[in-house]
Amino acid sequence: MNYFFQRFGRQIVIWLPLAWLLLFFMLPLIEMINVSFSEARRAVPPYNPAFQFGPGGISFQPVVDNYYLIYEYWEDYLWPAVNSIRLAFFSTLYCLLFAYPMAWWIARSNKSLQHILLILVLMPFWTSSLLRMYALIGLLNPNGFINDILIWAGVTVIPIQMMQTDFSIYAGMVLTYLPLMILPLYASLVRLDGSIIEAAADLGARKWDIFKTIILPLSIPGIIAGSLLVFIPAVGEFVIPALLGGPEQLMLGKVIWTEFFRNRDWPVASAIAIILIAIIILPIVYARYQDKEGIS
Amino acid sequence: MSRSNLFLVVGVIIAALAIFLNFDTENAQKSKVADLDNKLNIYNWSDYIAEDTISNFEAETGIQVTYDMYDSNEVLEAKMLAGSSGYDLVVPTADFLARGREAGAYQDMDISKIPNAKNQNPQIQAQADEMTGSTNAGLVYMWGSTGIAYNEDMIAERFGEDAPTDSWSLILDPVNAAKLEDCGIAVLDAPTDVLPNIMTYLGYDGTSMEEAHFEAAGEALTAIRPYLRYINSSQSINDIANGDICAAIMWSGDAFQAAYRAEEAENGNVIDYYIPNEGTNLWFDVMAIPADAKNIDNAYKFVDYMMRADVAAENVNYVWYASGNKAAEASIDPEILSHPGIYPTEKAKEKLFVTPVYDPETDRIVTRVWNRFLAGN
Repeated sequence: MNYFFQRFGRQIVIWLPLAWLLLFFMLPLIEMINVSFSEARRAVPPYNPAFQFGPGGISFQPVVDNYYLIYEYWEDYLWPAVNSIRLAFFSTLYCLLFAYPMAWWIARSNKSLQHILLILVLMPFWTSSLLRMYALIGLLNPNGFINDILIWAGVTVIPIQMMQTDFSIYAGMVLTYLPLMILPLYASLVRLDGSIIEAAADLGARKWDIFKTIILPLSIPGIIAGSLLVFIPAVGEFVIPALLGGPEQLMLGKVIWTEFFRNRDWPVASAIAIILIAIIILPIVYARYQDKEGIS
Repeated sequence: MSRSNLFLVVGVIIAALAIFLNFDTENAQKSKVADLDNKLNIYNWSDYIAEDTISNFEAETGIQVTYDMYDSNEVLEAKMLAGSSGYDLVVPTADFLARGREAGAYQDMDISKIPNAKNQNPQIQAQADEMTGSTNAGLVYMWGSTGIAYNEDMIAERFGEDAPTDSWSLILDPVNAAKLEDCGIAVLDAPTDVLPNIMTYLGYDGTSMEEAHFEAAGEALTAIRPYLRYINSSQSINDIANGDICAAIMWSGDAFQAAYRAEEAENGNVIDYYIPNEGTNLWFDVMAIPADAKNIDNAYKFVDYMMRADVAAENVNYVWYASGNKAAEASIDPEILSHPGIYPTEKAKEKLFVTPVYDPETDRIVTRVWNRFLAGN
């Protein structure tokens, strides 16, 4: 038995998650690519699959009409795409600005306090994200908690419009994704050797110089990992803009919803999703490629 | 592995578990669909039935009902088109039912198996049948209109005596919309219920399928867009009841639900609803059986139960929509029966129309016009 685990344990640890990803990530993705090259029709299911296999054998007849339609009406898709990237980018930035001091503070506190602080960071995950969004609506509404206090304190006479603005989107995004930024930052900051900082201070470096030349460069892997973890789900976010945003905050998630549910055009909806994935993944692949070039 | 690293790993696992549990609580709301003999799986609109209707039906028949809810036709349609939904009875709006029938997602109903179908209002049923193109598509449960809900005091404050609370112009005229900007205007996120009505406001036929008419409607909407708080179908009920918005293009029953909620909350907001005199579209929600339903006999029993005059009246008194059931009218609350926003007057009826079932090309035009309005160009 012991021998078995020594011999195959490593393989199991590697292959089990891989099988999981293949089954629940790759297969749906392949199916989505398949649908994006299929023809829409009024039937169950509402498309004629490009790739079919069955008693009649295997057939593959892709159509590119769906992609052509997006190309033809690119102006209608460009604005929500730019909007998605803008809102996701600033959400990531705000997450980073909030998360960095918190992660630093957690990493520098004593071990027993660290455990408590990390649990506190993860705590919001224990309530449904939907509930947290509704709680936020209760805070930000014109007749909500924050406006009530501001009016009571005499800061403002008429309620401040916070819902259905970029601000409400950022509030929702930061609330949802902040832990995903803190954890990788913490992981890279906690590994940072305190004696380096002490040495720099002994040699007369100012605090800002220590941060700029030592801490920041050493935490870049954490910044990259956290930013990817926040940016990627944020750019395709559907629920947060639907609940907290107004017409100005139209994002691609809603555009895909419209194609899927309103035009009943599953193929075009899939094609947009594929293009979105390509837009997100290609720069990452490119960056990694550059990285490798740099090393060699 | 250092202790802090170990802790981080544990933390991430807890986070992953929590996310997983999150999904699970969301899934738990969609109760499991079973297909045993004495079962019936119903999928209906949310807030669309009296509180004790299902339990009364179960007590009377011994059939175990699984009752799930949706809040948009689109969600129902996607399930029907994907197939194998597991539901035995659903309540799509007539135009969605027509498209679903075309795709083969619904089966014909044998109306002779429903004795209480005799209670049905033949006029209403005929209008729905015209949309679905069949007398066997299903029976109308409730019907209603799209109109304007408003907060009486807030409108009076801004318009005085001569508020145009009989016309679409209250919201669609940019001068009026500008006056309401500060108290908040909302529009349904339902292009097929909004664009045809704007066409009637502009003097076109609401049943037109001409691209130019849709575009004109889109431009009229774009003109008031700077004054709109949001475009959403489910948020306005709460917001207008709370006084967060003061006027909204809404479905009749939603507006009365908001009025009821404001009354319950005693927050001083008085909400009313009207059918604009330029005309509006009617919609019909139809009880229909999916093509792959398994408990068909039980579905028939349930439809028959729902068609009983007393049951239908109780549902109307609870949800404040007009019933497809004529015999029920004797037991419907007079306040509901006499409200022109729910049961329109004969004069208003002349201007009411039924949105046609669009072909895929028209669907695309409608969506494109709508998305451009959302995008603001």
